[in-house]
Amino acid sequence: MRRNIGRKIQPFLYLLPSIVILIFIYLYSFISLLKDSFYNISTKTAVFVGLRNYINVFGDSLFWDSLLHNLIIIVVTLPVLIIFSILFAVFLYERIKGWKAYRVIVFLPYIFAITVIGIAFSYIFTYRGVLNYILNLLHLKFLALDWLGSPRVAIFTLIFVIIWKELGFGVILLYSRMMSIPEEIYDAAKVDGVSWWQNLRYITIPQLRSIIEFYAVIIVITMLSWIFNYVYVMTSGGPGNSTNVAEYYIYRRAFQYNQMNVANTASVILFIVTLILVFIRFKLERREEEIID
Amino acid sequence: MINKIKSKSKFWYYLPDRIGGFVKHFLYILLSIITLFPVYFIIVSAFKTKKEYALNTLFLPSNPVLQNFTEAFKGNIFWLWLMNSIILTVGSILLSLLVACLAAFAFSKMKFWGKSAMLNIIVSLMVIPPIVMIIPLFRLMAKINLTNNYASVILIYSALLLPFSIYLLTNFFVTIPNSLLESARIDGCTDIRILFSIIIPLSRPAIITLVVVNSLWTWSELLIALIFLQSNKMKTLMVGIALFKTRYAINIPVTMAAMVMATIPMIVLYIFGQRYFVKGISSGAIKG
Repeated sequence: MRRNIGRKIQPFLYLLPSIVILIFIYLYSFISLLKDSFYNISTKTAVFVGLRNYINVFGDSLFWDSLLHNLIIIVVTLPVLIIFSILFAVFLYERIKGWKAYRVIVFLPYIFAITVIGIAFSYIFTYRGVLNYILNLLHLKFLALDWLGSPRVAIFTLIFVIIWKELGFGVILLYSRMMSIPEEIYDAAKVDGVSWWQNLRYITIPQLRSIIEFYAVIIVITMLSWIFNYVYVMTSGGPGNSTNVAEYYIYRRAFQYNQMNVANTASVILFIVTLILVFIRFKLERREEEIID
Repeated sequence: MINKIKSKSKFWYYLPDRIGGFVKHFLYILLSIITLFPVYFIIVSAFKTKKEYALNTLFLPSNPVLQNFTEAFKGNIFWLWLMNSIILTVGSILLSLLVACLAAFAFSKMKFWGKSAMLNIIVSLMVIPPIVMIIPLFRLMAKINLTNNYASVILIYSALLLPFSIYLLTNFFVTIPNSLLESARIDGCTDIRILFSIIIPLSRPAIITLVVVNSLWTWSELLIALIFLQSNKMKTLMVGIALFKTRYAINIPVTMAAMVMATIPMIVLYIFGQRYFVKGISSGAIKG
């Protein structure tokens, strides 16, 4: 009898350290985040204010601008990352000449810290920087721009750097999944004289479909809430507010303007949006497992 | 269906096959140039004098110098930042790995109520962005005077590393045959010894993958380090380098030298773990 009880609680002893840490960091944060969003926390003792914080955040045009910038980044990076990940993964799979070297190069950006690469790119993209110098050498001076200094262009320069950093992961992810596609399918197609394009369209993409969907959700989550570093080191949200994103908006409100109420409530909204995406991801993963089974 | 398309626009469908080789190589060479250029730029600039950088930003230095490295290390603050980064990385990796091994053991080798629901919740935490937790945690740490403190940041980092670590280790532990554990149990091995002297040594590929991925993440982390370690002596290398950018705004090669120094440990680690690492990616998706 005693042994039986021991057996039953034993798993939880092993789980205890994890549970304690996760509850303390995640659950505590979520609850106090949600609770505080209904209070004024900038006074010494918190005062209940109902929905006033939410009204303030929703009434802040800068908050909407920041979300719009996240949206622009998602809309541009999503197709670019997916299309190029598929293409470069397929080329690797086809063992084009030098594929081993390409595989190393493709994955290289993964090692570099965003801070390091962001700073390097911000020097490359200044008006007197290397890129404009190269354009000048190529007699393309008319293309020279202040890549990070002009409000219309800066966000696209930022997007370029994000793609530079994130593409390798997608290529390797799809490539390693391609390795598990049964080769007989391609062999059979070859006998039928299928073209490269048909191979891609009717075999590779359908076979990779579930992992592509999964990758797409990861991209959306990343572009919504994991791009603080790029903005912090490259543009500080500027020029103007043209590259301000949700995370940077929260950071600035909280730690530069000391507007904790606004920052806290904006965090709740970002959290809820992320939760919806997590749910979608979870659904897709479940479906993928079913397909594999 | 394929035949129909083939006859309809044969020319366009076979076009990639004819010019394919050229286009593929062109794209990959272009990608390689774009990928390697910033790396080249950082390294080359680190060996230029301020004056040469202004006159010659693109080409190799005519007269490579090491003065930027000595300038970066001047005044010992860089050493301090380096030490902070090392302490935080090592501390978080060890804590998260130990705790994750215990949990993964339970998830993979024991039966209990609510197992799959619990694992699913933990895995979902993987994508929660740190920014949403920063404010409550900062307010809490400030209240109990734990800002500018290694322990609090190590705890936060470990919590952020745990979901992925538990996920990967559980997937790996499951593949270790139960018969192995049974025979150890018959020999009188306790469960905790089975974990440490059988399962963990057999899981070297998964553990090395975790050490590499988690170190890369912790070493590069900026947001939490920026907020929780604000005093100059407690800053991490990444926060320090971001600061260099403004401090050495007119002496860019010094920043470049600092960035080279900050990246070398990660390259060494990556080369060391590469063999296992690529395998790790294929087995479970690693966050980008």
